[in-house]
Amino acid sequence: MRLLNPRDMLVRAKKSPKVRTLFGGAAVLEPENSHLHVQKDMPMEKPHISVRNLNVYLQQNHVLKNVNIDIPSNAITCIIGPSGCGKTTLLKTFNRLLDQSLEVKIDGEVLLDGENIHDPKVDIMHIRKKMGLLSQRPVPLPMSIFDNIAYGPRIHGIRRKKKLERLVQKYLKSAGLWEEVKDRLNTPANRLSIGQQQRLCLARGLAVEPEIILGDEATSALDPISSKKIEELFLKLKEEYSIVLVTHTLRQAKRIADYIIFMYMGEVVEAGTADQLFNNPQQELTREYLSGYFS
Amino acid sequence: MRKLEEKIFKTLMRIATLVILGSLLLIFIAIIKRGLPAMSWDMLTKIPGGGFYIGKEGGLLNAIAGSVFLVIGATILGLAISIPVVVYINVYLPRKSLFADITRLSADILFGIPSIVYGAFAFTLMIYFGLKTSLLAGIIAVSLLITPILIRSMDEVARLVPKDLKDAALSLGATRYEIIKVVLKQISPGITTAILLSIGRAIGDAASVLFTAGYTDSVPTSLSQPAATLPLAIFFQLSSPIQEVQDRAYAAALILTAIVLVLSLLARYYSRKLSKNKV
Amino acid sequence: MALRNNSAFRIIKDKVARNLMLALTLFSLALALIIGVGLYMKSTPILEQHSLWSLLSGDVWRPFKGQFGFLPFIMGTLWVTGISILIALPLCLLTSIYLSEYAHPYVKKVVFPMIDILAGIPPVVYGVWGILVVVPFISDKIAPHFVEYSSGYSVLAGGIILAIMIIPLIISILIEIFASIPKELRDASLSLGATNWQTIKFVLLRKSLPGIVAAIVLAISRAFGETIAVLMVCGNIPASPHSIFDSGYPLPALIANNYGEMLSIPLYDSALMLAAFILFAIIFLFNLISRIVLTRIEKKFAL
Repeated sequence: MRLLNPRDMLVRAKKSPKVRTLFGGAAVLEPENSHLHVQKDMPMEKPHISVRNLNVYLQQNHVLKNVNIDIPSNAITCIIGPSGCGKTTLLKTFNRLLDQSLEVKIDGEVLLDGENIHDPKVDIMHIRKKMGLLSQRPVPLPMSIFDNIAYGPRIHGIRRKKKLERLVQKYLKSAGLWEEVKDRLNTPANRLSIGQQQRLCLARGLAVEPEIILGDEATSALDPISSKKIEELFLKLKEEYSIVLVTHTLRQAKRIADYIIFMYMGEVVEAGTADQLFNNPQQELTREYLSGYFS
Repeated sequence: MRKLEEKIFKTLMRIATLVILGSLLLIFIAIIKRGLPAMSWDMLTKIPGGGFYIGKEGGLLNAIAGSVFLVIGATILGLAISIPVVVYINVYLPRKSLFADITRLSADILFGIPSIVYGAFAFTLMIYFGLKTSLLAGIIAVSLLITPILIRSMDEVARLVPKDLKDAALSLGATRYEIIKVVLKQISPGITTAILLSIGRAIGDAASVLFTAGYTDSVPTSLSQPAATLPLAIFFQLSSPIQEVQDRAYAAALILTAIVLVLSLLARYYSRKLSKNKV
Repeated sequence: MALRNNSAFRIIKDKVARNLMLALTLFSLALALIIGVGLYMKSTPILEQHSLWSLLSGDVWRPFKGQFGFLPFIMGTLWVTGISILIALPLCLLTSIYLSEYAHPYVKKVVFPMIDILAGIPPVVYGVWGILVVVPFISDKIAPHFVEYSSGYSVLAGGIILAIMIIPLIISILIEIFASIPKELRDASLSLGATNWQTIKFVLLRKSLPGIVAAIVLAISRAFGETIAVLMVCGNIPASPHSIFDSGYPLPALIANNYGEMLSIPLYDSALMLAAFILFAIIFLFNLISRIVLTRIEKKFAL
C-alpha cells in the first residue's frame, strides 16, 4: 500500500461519498443525523456551548471551516489535533478575543446557553465574564498577588475590602495556592514560580465567577509536577464548571478528558466521548493521528 | 457607567490627536501664507546685493548654497565615522556584545545632546586649533551632531541582517573585511534613509553653526571661508525691524520647510522599500 | 606561493580595517567624554574665582562688573521646560494610547507620517511660527484675561513651542513601549471581563510606567537643550520669571545670544562655557538613565 500523507488522506476522505456530509454539511453533531459517525452519547440535552456553521477567516486564510460542535456542561472537553489545525482559534471565538485582532472575518454562530455571542448586540464583557481563560504561559498582571485575584471582582464593581479579602482567600484555596502564598499576598505576582503563577491565573479566572474555563495548552509551559497539579484541579473543578482545553499532548487528553474533539486543518474530523474516540475512532484520519502517524 | 468613562476618554484621545495634527497644519499654513508672497525667483538665484539688509534687492543664494555645502561636507564626514562604527559593532563583534551595546547607548546619549553644546564644543576646538569661523568649522560641528543619528539608524538596519548570511560568507573563506561589502549592500536602503534623516536634521539646525560657520553674503568658494546657512538667514533677518527683510526670513523659512518636507518624504519612501525587501 | 601571498595580504587588510574601525568606535564612545572634559576645562577659570554654588544661586547677571548669577537662566529654563511638559504629556499620552489601542490602521497610516514630519521641522521654523502666531495670540487673546500687559514674548510662548517640538519624540517612544507589551497581558485582563479602557488604565499604563517616566525624562532633556526656537519667543530678559506671561531667558539662549561676541570681558566666555557644561552634564545624566531604562524594557519584552 502506498503511504499517504495526511493531506492526501483528507482529500480522499472528502471524495468518498460516505463521509461527504461529515465534512460538507452541518452534520457532525446534529442529533437527527446521528446515523453518521457521531457517537450516540455526544449530542447532549442542553449543551453549554454550541457552535453552528462557524467559519473563520484570518486575513485571506480560511482557518476554521464549517465547524459544528457541542460542548457539554460540567465535563472536560479536550480539543486535540496537530499544531496549526485551528484549535486555539476555535477556543478564542468562544470568548470573542479573536475579534480583537485585525482582518478577522467570523461567520456562523457560537451559542452560549442558547445566546449567540457574536450577535453585535451582545455585551462582550458579559460574555467574557462567564469564561475564565488560562493561556499557554501564565500571564500575571503587573500587580500584587492579592490585586491579581481582586482585579476581576473590582472591575465588576466589588469595592468592599472585607468582601475582596474573602474572595481572594476562597479562590486561592480552590486553586490550591492559598497555603503557599497566604503570608505574602502583597508581593508582586511575578515573583511566584511559573507553576504557581499559572495556578494564580486560574484563581484569578475563577474569581470573576465564570461558568466555563477555557485552557489554551495551559500546562505546556510548566514542569511535570505543576502540570499534574493543574490537571488535578481541572478534575476537581469540573463538578462546578464546564472546562474546554486545547492540548496537543494526547496523553493529557487521555488522562483527563470526558469528551474529545479532533480537528485537522481547520475542520472537525471527529468528536465524541473520550472512551469511544480513543478506543473506537470512526475516521481513518483520527486513527492515524492517535497512533502517532502524524502530529 | 464604565462605558461612559471609556467614551469620554476616547473622545479626549481623538481631540488630543486632532490638536497635534492641527498644530502641524497651522505651522504649514502660517509659513506658506507669509512665505509665499515673499518668494521670487531672485530669492533662489541671487546673492544679497548692496543694501539688501535695508530692503533692497538680492536673494538668499548665499544661504542656500552655504547650507548645501555644509550639509554635503558634514554628511561625508559623518558617514566616514559612522559606517566603520556600524560595521565594526555588527560584523566584528559577536551578536550579544556588551561593547556593542555600550556603543549603541553612547550613540543614543550623544543623540540627546543639544546642538548648542556641540556648537560650543566645536568653538572651543576652533580656538584651540586657531581656526576662524569657516565652512570647515561648521562642517565639523554639524558632523558631530549627525554622527549619532547616522550610527543609530544604520545600526537598526544592520542588526537585522541575518547571521546566516555572514556565516555563509565566512564559511566560503571570506575574511570579515570581505563580508563588509555584502552587509553594506544588504543595508543600502537603510543607509539612504539614515542619510536623508541626518540631512534633514543638519540643514535645519541653527545652534551648532551659529558660532562655527559664521555668516557671509557671498557663496563660499573654499573650506576656509565663512558660510551663510538658511536657519541663520531666517534668524538674523527676522530680527530686522524692516518689513522687507523680515519677509525674506519668511521666504527662507518656506524654502527650508519645503526641503525638510521633501527629505522626510523621501526617507519614508526608502524605509518602506526596506521593509518590503525584508518580507 | 602567489596564493599564499594573496591570502596573507587579505588577512592583513582585514586586520588593518578592524583596528581602524575599532579606533573610530572608541572615538565615538569617547566623544561624550571629550566634550564634557573640554567644556569643563574651559569653565575652570570662572570656577576658580567663584564657587559653583554662588554661581548657581546668584540672581544678578552683570558680566561687566564681574557678577555672574545663573539663577535667572536656570529658572527660565525650568519654567519653559515645565510648561512644555505639562502641555505635551497629556496630549502625548492620550494620542499614543489612541493610536496604539483604538485607532484603525488607516488612521495610523495617515497620522504616523504626519508626526514624522512634525519631528523633522527645523527649530528655527518653529521659532518663526512662534513669532507669527503664538506670541501675538498670547499678547492679544490670552494674557489680557490675566495680566495687565504682556508682550507675548514669554515663557508660555516658549513652553508652547517646545511642547509641540517634543511631542513627536514622546509619542514615538510611548507607541514603542505600548507595542512592546505582550498581547497576552491584554487578553488576560479582557478575558476577566474588563473593558478596553479598564485594561489600558489598570494593566497597560501600569506595566509601561517605567517607560513612560523614561520618555518624560528624555523629553525634559530635549526641552532643556532646545535653543533657537526658545530664544526667538522667550523675550530674553535676565530675570527669574514670576508668571507664565513673564519673559524668561533659558540657559541655551544665553549661550547662543552672547557667545563669540563679548569675549573681551574677563571670565565671560568661561561663564558661558560653564553654562554649556551644566547643560551638557544634566542632559547627559538624564539621557543615560532613561536610555538604560528603555533598553531594559526593550530587552525584557523582546522574545
